[in-house]
Order: sequence, then structure tokens, then C-alpha cells
Amino acid sequence: MAKLKNPRGLEDSQVMKMSYWKILSILLLVYTVTGGFLMEVPRLAIVNETIRSLYFHVPMWFGMVVMFLTSTLYAVRYLKKPGAYFDIISVEFANTGLIFGFLGIVTGMIWANYTWGTPWHGDPKQNGAAVALLIYCAYFVLRGSLENSEQRARLSAVYNIFAFAAMIPLIFIIPRLTSSMHPGSGGNPGFNTYDLDRNMRMVFYPAVIGWILLGVWIATVRIRLRNIEDKILELEYEKNH
Amino acid sequence: MKELFLLQVRLEIRKKSVVISLVLYLLSLVFINYVSLGPLNVSSLPGVWSAVFWLTLLSTVVNTIAKSFTAERSGASIYLYSLVDPAELIISKILYGFLLCGGICAAGFLFFATLLSNPIQDMPLFALTLVLASFGFSASLSLLAAIAAKTNNGSVIMAVLSFPVVIGILLMAIKVTKNCIDGLERSASVDELVTLGAINLLVSAVSYLLFPYIWRS
Repeated sequence: MAKLKNPRGLEDSQVMKMSYWKILSILLLVYTVTGGFLMEVPRLAIVNETIRSLYFHVPMWFGMVVMFLTSTLYAVRYLKKPGAYFDIISVEFANTGLIFGFLGIVTGMIWANYTWGTPWHGDPKQNGAAVALLIYCAYFVLRGSLENSEQRARLSAVYNIFAFAAMIPLIFIIPRLTSSMHPGSGGNPGFNTYDLDRNMRMVFYPAVIGWILLGVWIATVRIRLRNIEDKILELEYEKNH
Repeated sequence: MKELFLLQVRLEIRKKSVVISLVLYLLSLVFINYVSLGPLNVSSLPGVWSAVFWLTLLSTVVNTIAKSFTAERSGASIYLYSLVDPAELIISKILYGFLLCGGICAAGFLFFATLLSNPIQDMPLFALTLVLASFGFSASLSLLAAIAAKTNNGSVIMAVLSFPVVIGILLMAIKVTKNCIDGLERSASVDELVTLGAINLLVSAVSYLLFPYIWRS
């Protein structure tokens, strides 16, 4: 993310560069969609063909956690060295994380409707995900209710870190204690215990990387947009005064 | 720090109306529960008793802690707090909040036992849960109260910010309480209690680290 280091360089930030990782993201996602729909999957009872949702549903959670984690890390950097730039990065990663979380919930509900019978099952992981979304919605409500921009950045950074810390037990520890209808529960809920066969892994891992890269891409585009908007405001202010 | 803690206790006792209003708030909530759940014979439904008990406590506690910073926006206390170290201030706030929450939990249980019923079989374990949960509430809500006090619609923001954060504590407490009602063996609740303790440690450590950044303004 070398590009992000240039706070006010409009020339650099106006030009959208086609870096290698963006090309990689496109290629991986094209592969995910074609491979995900066409390649051989294990025939399991009940799950049947819906097992293909794995390539779209599960990477959303990986993406969400990565986005929220990045957002929190930039909140820490903001508190250490206040500057509007870190605040913008933190907000936009939280925004992207919310989109991923929302898509994860929706794809999960569609999948659950076919395999578990109802879209919402009160499963501990569903609830944990809902709480994660609530926390970041509250984050945006908090930002909306503070007028001073410096205070808004600082208080929301504090809430971001605090809420992320409070979220850790909820989405990483409690689901391991309680039984769940998700695969691999009653132990490690990560993907290692999924009984993925070799074919599925060949699509699943690239899918995870592809979706995460796409998330970073969305966030950087939005950050660039915000920087340009700020720059325009600044120029207009200078012109009028 | 000890002085700060004592000062808050003294201030609170001087403002008797606040304490009385809290007790009344709690009592009315329990009474509403009694009126709405009375016909259901709650003692035969352990899950309901436990959930209603903790929800009542939650709303009382959120309201209590929410005012721990709003009351100090004006007046001489601002001057006082400009003299002390913010880390000491948050510790004394958390400890004082712990005292208040503990009192509310005890009073809430008393009201519940008299008006609804007392289905708890394992009292010592239940008391431990109350203590752990009060500390958790106090540690997590004090920092959020300081944030909410800076906004212009503090009480709504306080609720929005705090509910997702305390869900973890609430889930664990409800579960252990249900175990206490069912009279399960204590080994069945160890996991939950350890998690509750871990949440407490985590939340108070993070509050301690982050509070100076809020206090700077």
C-alpha cells in the first residue's frame, strides 16, 4: 500500500493506477466465478449444489474481518499521530467492511434458507456477525452526531478500537464454546476443519484472496475520492477568502 | 486515586435524589415485569426469569453509568479533573461504577425475589456472576459514557454504543444464571465464567489505554 503514503499529492491520487494486485484480484475473481460454478464438487445430502455458496459466503467474512482490522489499525495510527488522512482510511475501511458483512449475512441467509430451512436460525455465528454489523453501524451514528471534525475523528477512533476489542470474544471465542449448525463447530470454527476436498480448496483459497483484494481496492478508490473532495473544498475555500 | 474514589462516593451521597431516582427506576421496571409476567408463573420458566432479570439490570446500569460523565460537564469538577492523571480518573470511575452496579444488581435481585420469585438454587455461584458482570458493565460502559457525554444527544448515543459492546457479557451472565436456576454442577459453568473474566480483563485494559485520548479535550 505504498500509494497511501502520499497524503495530499493530487497528481498521484487522481490517476488510478492498474497495479499488479488489482489485475490479480480480477483474474482470481473471474476464476472463482467460472471455477466455482463449473468445477466438480462433492455430492452431499441436503447441501447438494448449494455447497458452491462456500466460494461466495465464507470469503465475505474473511474480507469483513480484514477490513475491520485494517480500520482499527488505522484508528490506532490516528491516535498515535493525529492527521485527517488516517481518519479517512479508517472510515473507508470500516465502510467496506460493513458492505462485506452485509453481503455475508445476506448470502448466508440465502444459503441457510435452502439447507437449514429458515433464513435466520439464531446460530451463534449469525448472532456474532449481526453484532459486528451493529457495532460498526453505531460507529457511523457516533460520527454523525459529532460536529467538530477533529473531535469526531478522535472519539470515533477510540470507539473503533474499543468496539473491535470487545468484539473479539464475541466472534472468535464464544462461537467455539457453543454448539452451532455451521460446519466444523464444537472445535475450531475456521476453515481447516471443513471437510473440503482437494477440488474445492483449489477454488476456495483463490476466492478468499480475490475477494479481500477487491475489498482493499474498493476502499482505496473511496479514500482517493474523499481526498479529492477535501482538496476541492480546500481550493474553493481559498478562492472565496 | 483513593481521594478521587472517595470524592465520587461523597458527591453521590450528597445528591440523594439521584440514588433515589435510580432505585425508583429499577423498582418500576421490576414492577412492570411483575405486571406483564405475573400470570405466566415465571419460576417454572428458568430461561425467561434469567433473560428478564438481566435485561432489567442492563437498562438500569446503562442509565446509571451514562450519567457518570455528563454530570461533570460544568462546574468546579472540570478544574479538579484538569489536575489529575486521566489514567487514575478512569480507574476510580470504573471502581466507583463497579460499586454502583454491584448495588443495583443486589437491589434488582432483591426486588425480583420479592415480586416475582427466587428460583436460584446455587446462590454462591450466582453471587459470583453478579460481581463479575457488574465489573464488566462498569469497565465497558465508563469509557463509552465519556464518549457519549461529548455528543449533543448523549443518552441515545450511549444506548446505541453500549448495547452491542455488552452483548458478550450479557450472554455469558444469562447462561450461568440459567445453570444456577437449573441447579447444574458448577463444572458446567466454568467455561462461561472464564470467558466473562477474560472479557472483563480485556475491556478494562483497553479502557485504561484509551481513556487519556478522550480526556485530552
